[in-house]
Amino acid sequence: MTDVAQTGGATAAPTDKLVGKRRAGDGFFLGLSTTAAASIMVILAGVAIFLILKGLPAITANWETNHDLAGYQNKNWGSFWNYVAPLLWGSLWSSLIALVLGAPVAIGIALFISHYAPRKLAGPLAYVVDLLAAVPSIVFGLWGVIVMRPFLTPLAQFLNEYLGWIPLFRGPVSSTGSTMLAGGVVLAVMILPIITALTREIFLQTPRLNEEAALALGATRWEMIRLAVFPYARSGMISAILLGLGRALGETMAIALIISPSILFSFAVLTDGYNSQTIAGNIANNFPIATDMQRSALIGTGLMLFVVSLAVNMLARGIIGRSTNRTRKAPKIGKRA
Amino acid sequence: MTAVTSSPATASSITLTSGQLPRWIEPVLAVGTAAVVAAVLLVLQLFNPAVWLVLTAVFYLLAIGIGAGIVEGRRKAVDRVVRGLVVCAFILAVAPLISTLWTVVAQGLKVLTWDFVTKVGGSVFDPNTLAVTNTPGALQAVVGTLIITGIAAVISVPIGILAAVYLTEYAQPSNPMRRVITFLVDVMTGIPSIVAGLFAFSLFALIVGPKAFSGFSASIALCVLMIPIVIRSTEEMIRLVPNELREASLALGVPRATTIIKVVLRTAASGIVTGVVLAVARVVGETAPIFIAASFTDNFNADPFSGPMQTLPVMAYTSWAFPGKDIEASQAQAWGAALLLVIVVVIFNLIARIVAKAFAPKSR
Repeated sequence: MTDVAQTGGATAAPTDKLVGKRRAGDGFFLGLSTTAAASIMVILAGVAIFLILKGLPAITANWETNHDLAGYQNKNWGSFWNYVAPLLWGSLWSSLIALVLGAPVAIGIALFISHYAPRKLAGPLAYVVDLLAAVPSIVFGLWGVIVMRPFLTPLAQFLNEYLGWIPLFRGPVSSTGSTMLAGGVVLAVMILPIITALTREIFLQTPRLNEEAALALGATRWEMIRLAVFPYARSGMISAILLGLGRALGETMAIALIISPSILFSFAVLTDGYNSQTIAGNIANNFPIATDMQRSALIGTGLMLFVVSLAVNMLARGIIGRSTNRTRKAPKIGKRA
Repeated sequence: MTAVTSSPATASSITLTSGQLPRWIEPVLAVGTAAVVAAVLLVLQLFNPAVWLVLTAVFYLLAIGIGAGIVEGRRKAVDRVVRGLVVCAFILAVAPLISTLWTVVAQGLKVLTWDFVTKVGGSVFDPNTLAVTNTPGALQAVVGTLIITGIAAVISVPIGILAAVYLTEYAQPSNPMRRVITFLVDVMTGIPSIVAGLFAFSLFALIVGPKAFSGFSASIALCVLMIPIVIRSTEEMIRLVPNELREASLALGVPRATTIIKVVLRTAASGIVTGVVLAVARVVGETAPIFIAASFTDNFNADPFSGPMQTLPVMAYTSWAFPGKDIEASQAQAWGAALLLVIVVVIFNLIARIVAKAFAPKSR
């Protein structure tokens, strides 16, 4: 007894011996990796803080009297909010068009890869779709300009001729093709891979037993998908589409190259000059030639874009998080039954 | 008695097998429709690949839907139509991919020579003859791309890997900081790239002053985009390392840090490197952030800390959007830069695949 107490030292209790000495390298490495993880918070906070710091002068400025901002881009805006509102509308509108065109196709591809294609081909086919994500956005932009614009012009004329009474398709039809439609189609192509990749993952996670149960009841493959796969994957599909929306909102180069817009609220998709401008496209077009105060205004619009896409992404992640919590519990119920 | 006598009558009206189309009907019908549509279009002299594909799809879906509806019933018909639609969706996605790559290669090859890669391009104004001569060249952009992406990688890779180590090896799942950081990393992957550029510009504008354009600033913008990608892929790879390896190492008395570096990271190394290379391939094509943070220039600038710097994606954009006097030459420059960029991306993707194949753990 006394022996133990002596070797253990007067201050330390005998049980402390099992814990052992803390090594300096261990603590150092732990500190290093904790710092790296914490830097994520710093970076994200930094993005918000510096955008606010640089954007605030224009947000609070009086747009009627300020030398640089009065009549910026040939219009009297009155205030920053009057300036950013139509731009925000343009961003949302172009992303919405991209989603309407892209999301069904993306979900179809995901279904094809997960439930229709032969098992052996599924991997390579998924890789082909992922290649779309690897193509730089500027390349899609240039492609949109020289291939997609002329390609869509006949379609635009057709739509305007027969459906022109709908405000969406009102004229005058653009002769160059620098339309919201062309921009939306290219955006749709660019958001395909992200929506496909996410929905494919979720489709593949559908419990095999549910699928087999549906097939055993005599369901055709499509009925099985409707009965077993879609209900299981619904929240995942919604969040995948929201993430696609987030991607489309921030897409810059394709829009800046393809659409020839003006800053106004507009539904028109077949015209040039009467299209809405997007926040990102507006920044890309005007940043190099802007004065300091005008840059501040553009950074302010960027801040709004940041807030909107942050909200969309948080919503999407929230939906995914809730559904994964639910599905984690699901197998237990299945086993008991 | 009456029940018994009536049963044979009902049995004869119910057949247990329903009509079925032969197995080969779908591919044969698809090819047949394509051929017929092509023939009709050629006769009418309206042939156009896009029109041909669209009409083939429409007529195929109509034919299979109506045919299966008559022979097999409504449910089977819907099933076959959906199968057709899903295949169409896939073709619809592959068409732009092929068209894009074809366009870039066809347009880019016109200007892409060895000189294009090794010479600084731009337009030179000769005051004596008043002539502007354009020299094609992208050396300034190639160098800029390598420097900016290189610095971004040097900063992001250690931060990303260490943060992933913290999330997977140190923090418990219940740890609130881990939950917050995982969420923030998810959110960070969705930051619009142009916002990252505006952030870097604002940061350096407040530090350096109004002439804040520099290559380093663009690297910082790329870091914002690259760090979450590196964290995500590294995390996934570390999760694949079997727990037995960690336990064996710890049981031998190896310290935690050494276990992580020499066992966990060592085992996951090929996957981590693959992820890092793919992350580089992703950010190398970013245009908007570099355009905002590093601006653009025709001059050769290899100093990342001062002055605008040209990169391949920005060169492709600016040559197209703000062409010089000779519009044709500027557009050729844009395509050359775009093709070079695609080649760079392909090289990085190939490296990633080779690393993944060659250095994968050889167990099992």
